Amino acid sequence: MKIVVCIKQVPDTKGGVKFNPDGTLDRAAMMTIMNPDDKAGLEAALRLKDQYGAEVTAITMGLPKAEDVLREAIAMGADKGILVTDRVLGGADTWATSQTLAGALRNIEYDLIITGRQAIDGDTAQVGPQISEHLDIPVISYAQDLKIEGDSVIVERQYDDRYHVLKAKMPCLVTALAELNEPRYMTPGGIFDACAAEITVWGRNDLKDVEDSNLGLKGSPTQIAKASDKVRKGAGEKVALDPAEAVDYIVGKLKEKHIV
Amino acid sequence: MDFTLSKAHEMARSLFKEFAEKEVKPLAQEVDETEEFPRVTVEKMAKVGFLGIPVPKEYGGQGCDPLTYAMCVEELSKVCGTTGVIVSAHTSLCCDPIMTYGTEEQKQKYLVPLAKGEKLGAFGLTEPGAGTDAQGQQTKAVLDGDEYVLNGSKIFITNGKEADIYVIFAITGVTVDAKGRSKKNISAFIVEKGTPGFSFGTKEKKMGIRGSSTYELIFTDCRVPKENLLGKEGKGFGIAMHTLDGGRIGIAAQALGLAEGALESTIAYVQERKQFGRALSAFQNTQFQIADMATKVEAAKMLVYKAAMAKATQKTYSVEAAMAKLYAAEVAMEVTTKAVQLHGGYGYTREYDVERMMRDAKITEIYEGTSEVQRMVISANIIK
Repeated sequence: MKIVVCIKQVPDTKGGVKFNPDGTLDRAAMMTIMNPDDKAGLEAALRLKDQYGAEVTAITMGLPKAEDVLREAIAMGADKGILVTDRVLGGADTWATSQTLAGALRNIEYDLIITGRQAIDGDTAQVGPQISEHLDIPVISYAQDLKIEGDSVIVERQYDDRYHVLKAKMPCLVTALAELNEPRYMTPGGIFDACAAEITVWGRNDLKDVEDSNLGLKGSPTQIAKASDKVRKGAGEKVALDPAEAVDYIVGKLKEKHIV
Repeated sequence: MDFTLSKAHEMARSLFKEFAEKEVKPLAQEVDETEEFPRVTVEKMAKVGFLGIPVPKEYGGQGCDPLTYAMCVEELSKVCGTTGVIVSAHTSLCCDPIMTYGTEEQKQKYLVPLAKGEKLGAFGLTEPGAGTDAQGQQTKAVLDGDEYVLNGSKIFITNGKEADIYVIFAITGVTVDAKGRSKKNISAFIVEKGTPGFSFGTKEKKMGIRGSSTYELIFTDCRVPKENLLGKEGKGFGIAMHTLDGGRIGIAAQALGLAEGALESTIAYVQERKQFGRALSAFQNTQFQIADMATKVEAAKMLVYKAAMAKATQKTYSVEAAMAKLYAAEVAMEVTTKAVQLHGGYGYTREYDVERMMRDAKITEIYEGTSEVQRMVISANIIK
């Protein structure tokens, strides 16, 4: 079985957010992590590999430094990493991103494509389903559980108050929720192997069957009018306690802050 | 000379840090309070390969260098000194001598499960009458047919009751030279838990590293197969000394981690705590204390990393290891003491980590060679 996992390097919310003058994120200037939903998707792929045997390829689109997230994936157990990077791909919205990734995926054999539900920097949840449309394969989104049965995947698709069990014939695409699993750690030896591994780097010319008009900032129907990094003050903590407990709680908080 | 870490070392550090923060830190206070060995953490560390970092992959390890291993002990010790020493004693004192002196059969039988973390290791050299004077051993091993019969006891053994495989030293004979001076011939043995005649004595009640299971090991007519002799008969003292050179890098890394952990906690605290209407960090005394602590921690780090690199590239590294351990241990004691002072009354309570770190730091000046022994090793290599 061949599994491709689409992963994204996203800003680490602990490190603060920085913008380019055009309102897009200044990714080069921010601390980064592997997007949590994507990491769960990768873990799901690695579990299928452990269970049934599979070749797991991680693919990402981004700046050259997005290579780090591929090395992390390899250190966790992925077999290969593909970086899609090119100046003309910069500033892409979900449409241009899914076109780019689909263009790259047309070069690869796969039975199953796994993406995260959504990335913490955009929160759109559009790229996975869009890729499936471009590739004309079925999609099951919001997977909270994933199994393989013969040539099909069986997925529990999460809703607010229930889940649906859906079955799709492979090749297909599944979008994963962070709740799907607890991703494994890298191993120290895996890290050294990953750093020595060769990462495949593809540019615009390696994308198959994609028009220029669908790529990069120019190919993005979404334009950012204004972006701001001002952090709104939260509503604060709300607790519902009876008066006696509330006094203890407040005094405890004051002590914690060394006010009393 | 380039002081920057490689990409792989940086990634390894981020892994150790993440693991320490998520899996180890939340339990550190409880491990100290209850003096319970953190078995669950050890099982998790086994799963991610932390129990065989410098062991070659063909023997079930991770195939990394001593620097990566030292960084693991450092990051674990930043949040929990107990967890740091469990890994250090297992790796440096049990895996390492079997890796260095073991036969292929011994490596397959013992090193592979140790490196995979399926088994935990320990090392028994110290005896009631043989601490710094390691030649003062009393434990004896007598060859009887195909087995050595061990009698005696070992004390202060880290991972004592929790380990499965032990490297034990015992006298196998006495040589008298031409001048009539006698010298004990010490040999090293691999002893498995459960071997008849091998039992546990008292558990030590310690000031720090309270979860590390420090026990007395008792050998009463304990029969160990001849093939479990590690290295050549009579060469045990050299094996012990060489093993301790490596062990000192692990303990130096533990000391470094404790100092860094205390420094980090203090930096956060002095910015938060207000007195006389200002944060403590606004007072010059605090700033100077923090500057001194940070400078010493950085110097300790350089010595520890240099010693780890020396182990990777040099045949002998006794002086580098001794300097790293001496300095890092004394810095750990000084920095943790200052950390408690800067925390004031709160620092003296068990609610804050720095109190535990100060208690944990003290042992780094004592075990695997006291600071005085390190000075003896260093000076003996300078004044000849």
